Amino acid sequence: MLLGVLPFGLIYGALALQAGIPPMAALAMSSIVLAGSAQFVGTQLFAVGAPGALIILTTFVVNLRHMLYSASVAPYLSRLRLRWKLLLAYLLSDEAYAMVITHYREKETQSGSRAVPQSRNDESELDQRHWFFLGAGVTLWTTWQVSTALGIYVGARIPESWNLEFALPLTFVALVRPAVTDRATAAAAIAAGMVAVLAHGLALRLGLIMAAVTGIGIGILTERHPPRAPRP
Amino acid sequence: MMRYWLIILGMGLVTYAVRLSIIAFSGRGDVPPAVRRALRFVPPAVLTALAAPAIIRPEGVVNLSVTNIQLIAGSVAALVAWKTRSALFTIAVGMAMLWTLRAVLH
Repeated sequence: MLLGVLPFGLIYGALALQAGIPPMAALAMSSIVLAGSAQFVGTQLFAVGAPGALIILTTFVVNLRHMLYSASVAPYLSRLRLRWKLLLAYLLSDEAYAMVITHYREKETQSGSRAVPQSRNDESELDQRHWFFLGAGVTLWTTWQVSTALGIYVGARIPESWNLEFALPLTFVALVRPAVTDRATAAAAIAAGMVAVLAHGLALRLGLIMAAVTGIGIGILTERHPPRAPRP
Repeated sequence: MMRYWLIILGMGLVTYAVRLSIIAFSGRGDVPPAVRRALRFVPPAVLTALAAPAIIRPEGVVNLSVTNIQLIAGSVAALVAWKTRSALFTIAVGMAMLWTLRAVLH
């Protein structure tokens, strides 16, 4: 995951500097906002001198998909104290979500339990899972800051032909694998991928939200209509 | 300079509000089964949607021909992910494939 994030931070740092954002503010954006695509869009808007309210509104729309992540991890965090929820919500970037949900799912299949532990035995191990979330989140946060700083200083000198940014989609490809466990999840993935490709031209990454919602809908439908048993 | 800080703070606040939205209300009663069933599909749908455009339309237009080296490298990487389940191996093979194709074709 870190391999995928690093090039993006480099590119962001270089672009932010080109857009005329002061280095300290560019770094602050990485630590306060912590959202790659929103930062890229924000940087473009800063560069063309867009009004502040528009930049903030755009950030909100671009990051709406995180509401799905919030809903997706919420059942696993329901038993934590409020201060844990406040902290982990801050760290919930695309990449952190991808790592954390993969981890939660794997633990779930291993112990055969649901999000909320059923027995005392499960509880001890499951109760440690938020530490994985924290560890992943803090590591990604640090990588994002370091790569932004690197980008501000050397980013413009990395040749475009290296295509380092391709490492991030590859990371997501790797993480789709554990997320696809049956026919319905496979259908959800395929449908979402198709819509994402077709709707990619839409502004503000709205295509991503459309893709996710379509994928979820197709997944539910597929689950409800299992393949017919062959006639004798 | 002040303008930058205020806007960045605003960007951070709206992002945080969205991320916290559902988490903040978790723990007040059980998640309805229908919602839980739907949430199961968030990871496969979102992860595929994040990856697919960069692989299938890397230059902005849909390109399903052999000239799309991202598509070839991405497909090989997907195959590696399927067989090995290793993220590191998937990224390494995908990037190596991309660089090789680029060197051969250009």
